[in-house]
Amino acid sequence: MAQTSILGLYDNPDSGADAMDGLHQAGFPPGDFDVLTGTPYPEGAFGEHVPQHRLFRFPIFGAMIGFTIAILVTAGTQLAYPLVTGGKPILAIPPMVIITYEMTMLGAVIMTVVGIIFESRLPNLQADLYDPRITEGMIGVVVSCDESRVQEAEQVLRSTGALEIKRA
Amino acid sequence: MQQRRTLNEIAINRELLRGALETPGWWKFAVVGLASIVVIGAVAFGFQINKGLGLTGLSRPVFWGAYITTFVFWVGISHAGIMISAILRLTQAEWRRPVTRAAELLTVFSLITALLFPIIHEGRPWRVIYWLVPYDFARGIWPNIRSPLFWDPIAITTYLTGSTLFLYVAMLPDLGVLRDRTIGWRHAMYAALSLGWRGNPRQWRLQTVSGILLSALMLPIFVSVHSIVSWDFAVVIGVEGWHSTIFAPYFVIGAVHSGVSAVVTMMALMRWLWKWDNFIRPEHFDALARLLIVVGTTWFAFTLIEIMFSIYTLEAPELAFRDMQIFQWPWSMLFIIFMMAAFFIPVPMWLFKSVRNNIALMFWTSILVNIGMWLERFLIFVPALARKQPFVYTWGSYTPSLIEVTIVGSSIAFVGMNMLLFAKFFPLIPLFEAKESQVFTTNMRIGRATVPAVLREQE
Repeated sequence: MAQTSILGLYDNPDSGADAMDGLHQAGFPPGDFDVLTGTPYPEGAFGEHVPQHRLFRFPIFGAMIGFTIAILVTAGTQLAYPLVTGGKPILAIPPMVIITYEMTMLGAVIMTVVGIIFESRLPNLQADLYDPRITEGMIGVVVSCDESRVQEAEQVLRSTGALEIKRA
Repeated sequence: MQQRRTLNEIAINRELLRGALETPGWWKFAVVGLASIVVIGAVAFGFQINKGLGLTGLSRPVFWGAYITTFVFWVGISHAGIMISAILRLTQAEWRRPVTRAAELLTVFSLITALLFPIIHEGRPWRVIYWLVPYDFARGIWPNIRSPLFWDPIAITTYLTGSTLFLYVAMLPDLGVLRDRTIGWRHAMYAALSLGWRGNPRQWRLQTVSGILLSALMLPIFVSVHSIVSWDFAVVIGVEGWHSTIFAPYFVIGAVHSGVSAVVTMMALMRWLWKWDNFIRPEHFDALARLLIVVGTTWFAFTLIEIMFSIYTLEAPELAFRDMQIFQWPWSMLFIIFMMAAFFIPVPMWLFKSVRNNIALMFWTSILVNIGMWLERFLIFVPALARKQPFVYTWGSYTPSLIEVTIVGSSIAFVGMNMLLFAKFFPLIPLFEAKESQVFTTNMRIGRATVPAVLREQE
């Protein structure tokens, strides 16, 4: 069945939290409604489901990639053209450590940023229901539901003090 | 915390987007003026490429002069950004909020500028490719990884990439605000850059975690970069004054001293130019000055240790170098200016609250520090090379030529111009940080006093 999105706009966080509670009590699944804000409120301020993420795996994975590339660049290139200079070993450990360290960190940082974007569910290219007033201080509560429950969802949003309700 | 004003989100948007959505009258004049200086610098560089490095003051035995000094200077300035942004984020210092973006931005633009200087110094810049990339696949010749000149670009590229990504990730919520307030091509640009940011709890949670995680990753890079820059000099055995075990921490703390001072300069300019009195307040300058007292004094201790232990060995070449660096004209004059500017004038002044809260005085003392810190690098590199070495029968002095002075001067205009261009499209103070600050701030009544208090989430 086609899903409909409904957005309720509130002028204060308390009403937004009431709307989230109301939707929960009305039996809407937690994944079907969300709160949108222009300010990072404390975690759980809207009684929302605290999201789990796996961001911490990304830098470890990136560090491993960076480390591997660094070893290939430093050891591989020197072994490929083994020219002894100044009686120094072909694989000189101190400079290899420096380059390996930098590239390991670079890999970790790049993959962390990839992880942040991925875990934030970005890029979000769909034109989801939204209102620019959210970045002016309004609280948006967005519900995604079947056509059959639209009236019920709108009733919850209205009863908790939504100043405006939009549908898409 | 006493000067805080309560603002709603509309007011915060209006004030902080003033630079990006409106064009102040002075902005065009400033950009054109700075761009003209950059063009003059570019012409000087073109002239230098055409005529060769003979146009500079570089000559045997001094082959590292103003360009390398300026390279180290800008790398040093770049250390402010991550140091301030990362440490203050990790410690959740409330006063970080208006400072972080400007500091990160300063890192990015000063690093880009720093990267230009070894290329300018190269004389024939296209030859950079020979020592950076494996250019000759047919013969299998690779860059020499044992050379510090290869470590430098690796470290700086890592730092620049990390800083740019750090800056971008922290800008995502603000890009969403700009997307909502623009039309036409600017709307399309901000929509693409914001990646469809909506501001749901998941995204805000990731934003908070990313600030801490990226800070923790950037700090070890920050320490390594200036350490590696210092090893350009410290791994050289034959030059007195360079082969020092404390060069890495000495350079890092010097970089922080000059970098944090540059942030003070920038904060003062931001407050004056965009009239952000509600966000950049005397309390921020007070906090930065307190930090600078600690950093400046630590740096001064390193300077004393560096000089003292080189003299303590009683080795004739080392003594001769220090004698030249500190007592012989013209280095002696530069040494006095360096010490007065980098430490003896500003640091004692910052001990007084009236100075720390006086933005004009903070501005001028921070500029003084950076004049001193440029001279510090100059006095480390040039006299050491100018002194006669054993078994080498060439020695001489060095004076920067007009071409060098022009290019070095234009680098300051280059950073300033980039900052102004950035400010035309993006907010220099993070909007979401300013808004979060309002959410987490309240007035508490204790007895008959009303005290502004900042709330913090329990980890």
